[in-house]
Amino acid sequence: MASLIDKSPCEDLLPIITPGAQLTEAQPGPVTSVAPFKGRQAATARALAADGLGWPEVGRAVVAPAGRCLWAGRGVAFVTGLVPQGLEDLAALTDQSDGWAVLRLEGAQAAAVLARLCPLDLRAAVFAPGHVARAPLGHMMAILHRTGAEAFEIWVFRSMAGTAVHELAVAMQALAARG
Amino acid sequence: MRIDGKGLIDRSTPLGFRFDGREFVGFEGDTLASALMASGVRMVGRSFKYHRPRGIWAAGSEEPNALVTVGQGADRTPNTRATVQEVFAGLEAVSQNRWPSLNFDMLAVNDLFAPFLGAGFYYKTFMWPRAFWERVYEPAIRRAAGLGALSGQHDTAHSEKAFAFCDLLVIGAGPAGLMAALAAARAGADVILADEDARMGGRLLAETQEVDGKPGPVWAAEVLEELASLKVRLMPRTTVTGAYDGGTFGALERVGLHLAQRPEALPRECFWRIVAKRSILATGALERGIAFPANDRPGIMAAGAVRAYVNRWGVAPGRRVAVFGNNDNAHQTARDLVAAGVEVAALIDVRPGLRVAGDFPVLAGARVIATRGRRGLREITVQTETGPQRIAADCLAVSGGWNPALHLTCHMGGRPVWHEEIAAFVPPIPGKPGSVPGMVACGAAAGDFSTAAALAGGLVAARAVVEDLGLTATEMPLPGAEDGGYTLRPYWEVPGERGRAWLDFANDVTTKDVKLAAQEGFASVEHMKRYTTQGMAPDQGKTSSTAALAVLADATGRSIPGTGTTTFRPPYTPVSIAAMGAGGRAEGFAPQRLTTSDKASRDRGAPMIEAGLWYRPSYFPRPGEATWRESCDREVLAVRAKVGVCDVSTLGKIDVQGADAERFLDFVYTNTMSTLAVGRARYGLMLREDGMVLDDGTCARLAPQHFVVTTTTAAAGLVMRHMEFVAQAFCGDWDVRLISVTESWAQFAVAGPQSRRLLDGILAAPLDDATFPFMGCGAVTVHGVAGRLFRISFSGEHAYEIAVPARYGDALWRDLVARAEAMGGCAYGMEALNVLRIEKGFITHAEIHGRVTAFDVGLQGMLSTKKDFIGRAAAMRPGLMGPAREQLVGLRPVDPGRMLTAGAHLFPTGADLTPANDQGYVTSACWSPVLKGALGLGFLQDGRARMGEMVRLVDHLRDVDLLCEVSHPVFLDPEGGRARG
Repeated sequence: MASLIDKSPCEDLLPIITPGAQLTEAQPGPVTSVAPFKGRQAATARALAADGLGWPEVGRAVVAPAGRCLWAGRGVAFVTGLVPQGLEDLAALTDQSDGWAVLRLEGAQAAAVLARLCPLDLRAAVFAPGHVARAPLGHMMAILHRTGAEAFEIWVFRSMAGTAVHELAVAMQALAARG
Repeated sequence: MRIDGKGLIDRSTPLGFRFDGREFVGFEGDTLASALMASGVRMVGRSFKYHRPRGIWAAGSEEPNALVTVGQGADRTPNTRATVQEVFAGLEAVSQNRWPSLNFDMLAVNDLFAPFLGAGFYYKTFMWPRAFWERVYEPAIRRAAGLGALSGQHDTAHSEKAFAFCDLLVIGAGPAGLMAALAAARAGADVILADEDARMGGRLLAETQEVDGKPGPVWAAEVLEELASLKVRLMPRTTVTGAYDGGTFGALERVGLHLAQRPEALPRECFWRIVAKRSILATGALERGIAFPANDRPGIMAAGAVRAYVNRWGVAPGRRVAVFGNNDNAHQTARDLVAAGVEVAALIDVRPGLRVAGDFPVLAGARVIATRGRRGLREITVQTETGPQRIAADCLAVSGGWNPALHLTCHMGGRPVWHEEIAAFVPPIPGKPGSVPGMVACGAAAGDFSTAAALAGGLVAARAVVEDLGLTATEMPLPGAEDGGYTLRPYWEVPGERGRAWLDFANDVTTKDVKLAAQEGFASVEHMKRYTTQGMAPDQGKTSSTAALAVLADATGRSIPGTGTTTFRPPYTPVSIAAMGAGGRAEGFAPQRLTTSDKASRDRGAPMIEAGLWYRPSYFPRPGEATWRESCDREVLAVRAKVGVCDVSTLGKIDVQGADAERFLDFVYTNTMSTLAVGRARYGLMLREDGMVLDDGTCARLAPQHFVVTTTTAAAGLVMRHMEFVAQAFCGDWDVRLISVTESWAQFAVAGPQSRRLLDGILAAPLDDATFPFMGCGAVTVHGVAGRLFRISFSGEHAYEIAVPARYGDALWRDLVARAEAMGGCAYGMEALNVLRIEKGFITHAEIHGRVTAFDVGLQGMLSTKKDFIGRAAAMRPGLMGPAREQLVGLRPVDPGRMLTAGAHLFPTGADLTPANDQGYVTSACWSPVLKGALGLGFLQDGRARMGEMVRLVDHLRDVDLLCEVSHPVFLDPEGGRARG
């Protein structure tokens, strides 16, 4: 039987590199949304701890060697890098691995590039490494995770990857043109 | 004329540019205005209404006269202030509002008719005949008036917008702003310093006074260097244009407009939204004129601007300059001119008995009463204490005093306060209603006009902010500076003289116009403004409004504060729409959502149509097919006879899980989902709370507590929002969790009699009716990949929807299409999908358009009577059911060759085509290649009781008028045998 070739959301679109910023596609591995059922949040957090993770505070990420757990909205977190185990009766689990394009924007100008598209206060004192937000990127909704002083992960709907890359590229090139 | 050894320009860098086709040379650091003035150009434009010759008045963004068009073709920008535009090599500028040339302008004839063109002229003259206004008068007036013109071409230039945040925004980088920024930055505050000039320093660049024992520009440069080292964000060329809620400011940055070689990616402008915890307004002050007859000739300038041209740009605005003022500040102009070696014809001060030391004639207690010079000032007449005196002068520097540039402090409704001593308005008291929260003004913007006071004001303002922010101020000595007093005698208009005395140069408003407005009853300042157009030009009356108020106050016997000011509104200076809407042009208008089959579809030449931001193939053309209809017909017939494949990934998919999931679904759907067996799907209908249909779709039960809901493409976001709202607002304690999985799955419809055979070729196990009956669903393995299969049909055929993780979408699509084609089938697009569903009478949002009930679409049977659901009570309201409602029907033309049109209206045969007889409308129409005739769906009053009746279909827009037979909306296979297979 023939096999199906898989394609990443940003196939052929990346990388884009300008002075001060580079945009690449991140491969976060499996992504599972975890929404604890009523009264099961503590138990969910305990189960996540088995993988070195935990339940993230609002707007934060829990980062472990094996994977990450990102706050992703009201009562929901995204576990990436590993498939969480032992949560079946504790939380609604949905495979989100194919639903998102995950872009990695890094470099000295990364925050300045994002400031063209995202109305959040991205100053390091306010949105520090480890912080997560759901915020608009241009006209689309995104999940933003600051992974380092000069590095962000930007999650957008898979179908919008082309527009996201285009808009980020325009912002990167415009900044680079300022010299 | 350039003055040797003066100015902050770089004379080693000459820059060639053109104005009105003539070649000129400026220097690095020049504005277009300073470079033209250095070359002896005096007339730079014609006035708005009377087309009078006008020159440069100011040296900043408040310039009312010198508006030019910069650039060529699509890239040209009209109404650029020559006083703001920096000179660069190759700059192309042309004057405006003249034809055929600046020197000879046909419409200058307007000036001769001036006695008839006074205030309110339009309102009085163009009243009659009424019909003439739109057809004759307005077009004629529009042609005659106006400033620069747009290119008429599509604007292809790149603009940008951006967001910034800070503890403190300092607006203006003069002595006050620099001092404030320095004090705040030293205390550790995160500061943005924005200034509209290309070079920061404000009046320190234009004056000769020293700060801290150094020339002003040197002190400014040192402070700027320290600010940069303290990580203060310096934003030159950035005008803060508006103050808004939540500490937000709009600011326009000129990014590429001053560059000779603009890289393609470099934006022209950037529109910033700056959010600041606190703000300090240090915008300085704007000099105002004095109204006297013919005070608008080229060569008549603001006294402070004359100093700026002399000191900053090393330009003498004239060979023989007279100075006319009512305040001490104007005297400095005479002194600076003499120091620069320019002859001063006279210093004229309206105050009698004044003693001024200087190497120039002083005429105290005198006033200018007339001027001469057709295209530029040649001579003035001065009324002295001993009689009139004619003085030759090619430049007259005028000062009527200074107005604090307080505009931003009033952008949220605040009213300025009159300050008697300086005869000017000052910012509203901070904290009062209408004041901008967190904003404080200092320096000249607050009415403190000496350099020493500006430095002190900046320091005090910054200290207060620093304390407010919880930081600690550092000890900072005040640099020494000039602390000259500023005394003036309020003097707005030279009284008792004949001839027009101009207030608003930009809109050609005279003192007479203001008095006429008052006389004709437009005595309120807001009425006077609209009647005369005072302050309504691009400069918004920056140099003229206070004087106009004074004239109005005098004419109406009120005080100036009693007369009040007009409302200050953003923007402070004009902002291009391109900058405000940056990023929104063309592709930037909305995100494009592409399916995983997008590339394969486009490779086949499929035209794409947009729905819910998704791009979907309209049809798949094949060689030899001349029209879309041929392709569409082929695709429809292939589905009916063989098999077709269609990407349906765009339909919304929502995962619903939890112990209360079935209870929740019973609540959001009109019909019951809790009785659904695992492995089965059911058609469902959702209502809004007002009882109208929200959306329809299927609900599949994958596990006892796990459902997947599908929505229509266009309503996917709407339904998700609706369900979230219901879950949070009405079912807060229910155990139900929702998440969208639309993007996770690539889902393809495989429809037609051969659909099962096709799928058997790719699934691990063959399909049969026992495991996958009609409306069955479950997990399958597709080419070794875990997928989902739903036996549902939107075509009426034996059909499936097969879903795989999106990463495999492209591969599966190509495989499915290849297999379908090998079986005599094909891929089908939106057109064929539409025909297939109309043949079956299936509804889309063309039918459930937001104003129909379940009863209207014939689905009243789906309104469960055994449970409550969203919209139930409202759907039962009287008037939402019954024969008076327009009900879904099928329509077929009596002449089968005629096409129906969606949007047409339905009338009883024989009735007049009046709104009262309008009984319904057509929502969908197509040609059915299977039934070989045109079909339509529509809504008709009491339609279900009128099957077989004839109605008249009329489309006034497309000239269609034909007879139709009303039929059941399901045209094909009403029993559904084909789908159950």
